[in-house]
Amino acid sequence: MGSTASARSVERPPEPADEHPANHVDPDVLEKEHSTWTWKKIVVWVLIALVGGFSWVMVALVRGETVNGIWFVFAAVCSYFIGYRFYSKYIENKLLKPNDRRATPAEYNEDGKDYMPTDRRVLYGHHFAAIAGAGPLVGPVLAAQMGYLPGTIWIIAGVILAGAVQDYLVLFFSMRRGGRSLGQMAREELGVVGGYAAIVATLAIMIIITAILALVVVNALGESPWGVFSVGMTIPIALFMGVYLRYIRPGKVMEVSVIGFVLLLASIIVGGWVGHTELGIQLFTLDRVSLAWFVIVYGFIAAVLPVWLLLAPRDYLSTFMKVGTIILLAVGIIVVRPEISVPAFSEFASRSDGPVFSGSLFPFLFVTIACGALSGFHALIASGTTPKMVEKERQTRFIGYGGMCMESFVAIMALVAAITVDRGIYFAMNAGPGSTGGTVEGAAAFVNSLGLTGVDVSPDQLSATAQGVGEHTIVSRTGGAPTLAVGMAGIMHSMVPSLNLMSFWYHFAIMFEALFILTAVDAGTRVSRFMLSDTLGNFIPKFRDPHWRVGAWLTTAIMVAGWGSILILGVTDPLGGINTFYPLFGIANQLLAAVGLAVCLAIAAQKGRIKYLWIIALPLAFDVVVTVTGSWMKIFSSDPKVGYWANYSAAKKALDSGAEKFGTAKSPAEIEAVVRNTFVQGTLSVLFVVLTLIVVVAALIVTIRAINGKRGRDHEDPFVESAFYAPAGLVATPAERALEKEWSDYRSRAKEPASAGASER
Amino acid sequence: MSAAHHLVRRIRRSGLVRFASGVLGADKYERYLDYHRRHGCSEPPMSEKEYWRSLTDHQEANPGARCC
Repeated sequence: MGSTASARSVERPPEPADEHPANHVDPDVLEKEHSTWTWKKIVVWVLIALVGGFSWVMVALVRGETVNGIWFVFAAVCSYFIGYRFYSKYIENKLLKPNDRRATPAEYNEDGKDYMPTDRRVLYGHHFAAIAGAGPLVGPVLAAQMGYLPGTIWIIAGVILAGAVQDYLVLFFSMRRGGRSLGQMAREELGVVGGYAAIVATLAIMIIITAILALVVVNALGESPWGVFSVGMTIPIALFMGVYLRYIRPGKVMEVSVIGFVLLLASIIVGGWVGHTELGIQLFTLDRVSLAWFVIVYGFIAAVLPVWLLLAPRDYLSTFMKVGTIILLAVGIIVVRPEISVPAFSEFASRSDGPVFSGSLFPFLFVTIACGALSGFHALIASGTTPKMVEKERQTRFIGYGGMCMESFVAIMALVAAITVDRGIYFAMNAGPGSTGGTVEGAAAFVNSLGLTGVDVSPDQLSATAQGVGEHTIVSRTGGAPTLAVGMAGIMHSMVPSLNLMSFWYHFAIMFEALFILTAVDAGTRVSRFMLSDTLGNFIPKFRDPHWRVGAWLTTAIMVAGWGSILILGVTDPLGGINTFYPLFGIANQLLAAVGLAVCLAIAAQKGRIKYLWIIALPLAFDVVVTVTGSWMKIFSSDPKVGYWANYSAAKKALDSGAEKFGTAKSPAEIEAVVRNTFVQGTLSVLFVVLTLIVVVAALIVTIRAINGKRGRDHEDPFVESAFYAPAGLVATPAERALEKEWSDYRSRAKEPASAGASER
Repeated sequence: MSAAHHLVRRIRRSGLVRFASGVLGADKYERYLDYHRRHGCSEPPMSEKEYWRSLTDHQEANPGARCC
């Protein structure tokens, strides 16, 4: 097989005088290793294909009374392996052609802060922790309204053909450009109009995403003293951690994270006690509107406080919880192997008036599950943060494509957890207060009136479920987070029933979702504030100065006012904020994906990879069709349950005629709220889709020009010869291992004589 | 006492903990020192306290995004 001698013999230019081993393995050797099918490899891949195929048959075709949750896990994992091994490799070979001789920004710009060459396995975890949040946990839960199969297929097929492709491409192209952000790349590649449209679209989309995430938290914590107490405690815990890291024991991150984690668990346990005392109930039972105001004030303060005091420690805590909880959930599903009685396609799969989210399966299922299948937000992480830490170009496949497969796996687990919940309870939790009246009797009557086969829920059952998880009520807890928490608590409880910790697990799940979301709210506000001041800086240069406090406060206030006002509209919406606002969130996220893919399309065309542009064009076309159809329906549909403007005019007419009731709106004030909200939603829909289409058209113009041979300037950073080596994938191949060995020998040799300036990496 | 110390040291050096601290970004100072040594800078490296201060001050103006 690949000997290192052959790896070194193909070096084209002579190495510098200070001989270090080769900085890459000969691509031909790697290709040969990859395409040689040893019997062991054949057995493994045949097994993966068989298990995957069998699991898909169990999930998709066999129609028994129940289906076991474990088949979802196997179907997903085997599909990811196949997609990763074959499709991402194809993209690497044909479209991207990484070159390990080329130094990455982490190497040539290394600064000991942002630009840090990081071990690929560590960076995989780091990147995953940055991209995964509440999105992949919430979307699949809401999509379960239509049954499990549409969501499952979209999550798995979507990630292989679209989501992971986007993440991989953006990561690679940004790495070739010194880690530049998506906005900067858009400006360079698409010119002034396309570039500015991309930046404004990104800003507007970040506002709506932050608002809806905050809405999910508010809905999970409203009227829940236990939840408010334990999530509220994360703020003093983070402040304590910040002070500890700054003054008491600087830099002891691991230590303080463990302390923080223990304090977090303690606050969940104490919360259970506080939430049942009279004083606790009085202090911490907050209605959704006041809670929304708390989140807004918190978001502003968090974004202007020094990073070390709140943001950084919170981020440690949330990363710690994120990875830990996801492993816990995976173990739970594998050990418990829950039986699932939800149908593959529910009654709502063919209708557009579902109580959880409105709209037909196409296109709205594809926007409801955004994160987990295709998430535009990832383009912001894959450009900017991660590319500054990649050691070698070939590692981007493992980190970008592989990292997104992991997120998709999280989405599958969330789906499994959600469909373990009894359907009657599911709909009682996810129908808005306008439908259920907010009472167990109302909810039971409403759910039973839906005419779903096998669903017969009683008020007692709903009260018992609420009591089981330590809440006063679970009716109309829309947003997905509480449903997931009920499902997860059930799985954890069946794993260790003797401990009887159902209510603890429920609040543990709520806590970790709230923690992610609040971290995303802080960071989202801060990032969008910088985007805004950067854009304003083009007109008023003083905004560019990061130390100008007035500017910082002003831009923060603008961003907070942006998402805060949408949050308030959401919590006061008589239709139940999630039902109408969530599609907007999904569309926004998918439109951002269209921006990311469009920029990648232009870049690949400029590089002359015309023959393989379909790899990008395929997901881009699908995404544009989905989002534009979705937006079109939201803007022009004459069905008031789907179209924002149809609902707007119907509500306005009702208001003008002096009606007292309109659909789920029970008073003139509520009708007014419908009028206001649909106006905002309709306007935002138009804005998003117009901006995105400008970007896509700008990218298409660049692409067509490039196809016709008129290529623009190459914006890649200049070639710098790399001075070290690291393998590409999770497991090093024999040739990679041999070269790695050479390097470790070389390093131990170099350590003996004092060779201060020698590169040791 | 020394046995407990020994155990703590072994846990600290285990692959899992090293991996976790990498993912968390807890090993940044060590890596900064490594970077400083490799690049042969003439002035002495920052102390641990100084480094973390400069890092968070730097993040103040260069926020990293977190996903939904």
